[in-house]
Amino acid sequence: MKPRVAVFKFASCDGCQLQFLNAEDELLRLAGQVDFAYFPEARSRALEGPYDIAFVEGSVTTPADARRIIEVREESRYLITIGACATAGGIQALRNWADIEQYRRAVYPSPEFISTLSTSTPISEHVRVDFEIWGCPIDKYQLLAVTRSLLSGAQPVLPAHSVCIECKRRGNVCVVVARGEPCLGPVTRTGCGALCPSFNRGCYGCFGPANAHNMEAFARLLADQGVTGDEAMRRLRGINGYVRPWRETADALAEKK
Amino acid sequence: MPSRKKSRTIRVNYLTRAEGEAALRISMRDGELVDLRLEIFEPPRFFEAFLRGRESREAPDLTARICGICPVAYQMSTVHAFEQSYGITIDPAVRELRRLYMCGEWIESHALHIHMLAAPDYLGCDSILTMAEKNREAVERGLRIKQVGNAIVAALGGRSVHPVGACIGGFTRAPGRERLSGLRERLLRVRDDAVECARWVARFDLPVANRDIEFVSLRHPDEYPMNEGRIVSSKGVDAAAEDFEDCFEEHQVPYSNALHCKVKGRGPYFLGPLARINLNFDRLGPGAAAIARETGISWPSSNPYASIVARALEILYAVDEAVRVIDAYRPPDPPAAPFSVRAGVGRAITEAPRGSLYHAFETDDRGLIRAARIVPPTAQNQARIEADLRELAPELARHPQAAATRICEMAIRNYDPCISCSTHFLKLEIESH
Repeated sequence: MKPRVAVFKFASCDGCQLQFLNAEDELLRLAGQVDFAYFPEARSRALEGPYDIAFVEGSVTTPADARRIIEVREESRYLITIGACATAGGIQALRNWADIEQYRRAVYPSPEFISTLSTSTPISEHVRVDFEIWGCPIDKYQLLAVTRSLLSGAQPVLPAHSVCIECKRRGNVCVVVARGEPCLGPVTRTGCGALCPSFNRGCYGCFGPANAHNMEAFARLLADQGVTGDEAMRRLRGINGYVRPWRETADALAEKK
Repeated sequence: MPSRKKSRTIRVNYLTRAEGEAALRISMRDGELVDLRLEIFEPPRFFEAFLRGRESREAPDLTARICGICPVAYQMSTVHAFEQSYGITIDPAVRELRRLYMCGEWIESHALHIHMLAAPDYLGCDSILTMAEKNREAVERGLRIKQVGNAIVAALGGRSVHPVGACIGGFTRAPGRERLSGLRERLLRVRDDAVECARWVARFDLPVANRDIEFVSLRHPDEYPMNEGRIVSSKGVDAAAEDFEDCFEEHQVPYSNALHCKVKGRGPYFLGPLARINLNFDRLGPGAAAIARETGISWPSSNPYASIVARALEILYAVDEAVRVIDAYRPPDPPAAPFSVRAGVGRAITEAPRGSLYHAFETDDRGLIRAARIVPPTAQNQARIEADLRELAPELARHPQAAATRICEMAIRNYDPCISCSTHFLKLEIESH
């Protein structure tokens, strides 16, 4: 029997699970190797668990989803988070610093109809996670690599060094040095291919923290570029803003001003 | 890999493929409709709230995250709104590049919907994967088309989901001519695929339903609408895009996390490829128009199920338009117009693959956002989808549960309510008394 794969969605934009469908060249081959038992975005028939691999997209933002993720964990041998929302709480974790009642009222005329938690949290705050794939969106080749590792019984490994190293490899001109652009590259994990610096702009942290991140030095670098206070805080409080090292540094910057 | 023994269902009352999660609840008594609710329970993410206090320059990267399938349209509505507010004049070459960018998104999004979400319904399959077993050629053709769309977006923004190149004023980097001429070759190769795809979907056994529908889209004096134009309707709306809020209104229903929309003083309206073609057939260009006439559908069409054909015709249009832009391309220099921020309000509409997407932002004199309003096409189509389903109700009563569910699913999927909303998505509850 082919291994059974499930793809679950929580609060998200669908962009990460879309990477399965964006793997045009590999999709049909992959479908020969696994059974997409539960993949609502692509398949109308939903098969019951248990599942060998569950890919989870999105963060937990409602009471119902906080219960559902526990069921997903119980049904799944390996639970893999895909993307910034599932792995770090996502852009919607900006609510974690705000008054959710105000948010509800800002968007909905009758806020009492809306059921939501005051926080957006990563899957790992709720259940054990076996492996995390970072990115906003994730890279489809990383997704395929992790899937193949799991299928062959090997521990998946993805690079965790910084975007800076990727830039050097690609021969990019450093946007910090040459253009004075604020850039999260020194503290951000590789995976995008150093995309933003290749497009003449600073990295904004889609792939979360690199394994060796010196946040103190990074805050000093920003300050040297004249990026302080709220502006510095906003740089870190973005796509992966709720992840601990960035959250703590941003909170410290907010206190300091 | 070994599986554990324990087995259980995770029940999600799920009407997916609409930028998220939804369910449908229909209640009938003696064959008569009592209540019908398209419940969108996709958890709210409060973009309009957390955009407050953010810098306008950050906005295109943030609003893109609303939708992984149409991030380009979100970026485009955002940058056009701020450009209006800041009084920025755009280099004509940037304007053309943005059309190319939108062509890429239309191609990939439409190809995705046609082949991965909608076609399995017509071919009696549960997914593109099972469809590939019997219709390998059509599936591979669809994947080829989709890939070219993704390649266009990646050429301008580095990647197809949440691309990074678009900014207020233009692009952070303009592609060289060589990069685009490589794309041109691919586009020309895929053009025959696009023609075949349109003929293929036109042969589907599409339901026929002639409905009294108000179609709404942008209309531009000389081109098929993408990033600019007036907002017009088949029942007489004709207004500047900035006046969107004078013509349409949002209201909340207790059972949905998406706001409903209506034409003021009237009712639901219909956005998307069919609305665009109905209101802009004369701008479709000779290539796509010729194939459109071949399909046997008479345009404008009041049959909502003609949408899938309209979608395929727009792929063909976008392929031709992309080639036109590339042929005339000169890299804009600088790639983005310099600008200064100022206090004010900017509003813009662009045509996302699923229909008109309205953004409005108010900023202070430091360029920090004070208020944001975003009205996505799927929310606007919601009331129209419910109206379609209501008209289907008498027919549903005659069918067993499975067939009735499928009829409803197809009626909803027809609007291409963002991807997670479309495939498997419907758990239909028909309560009979």
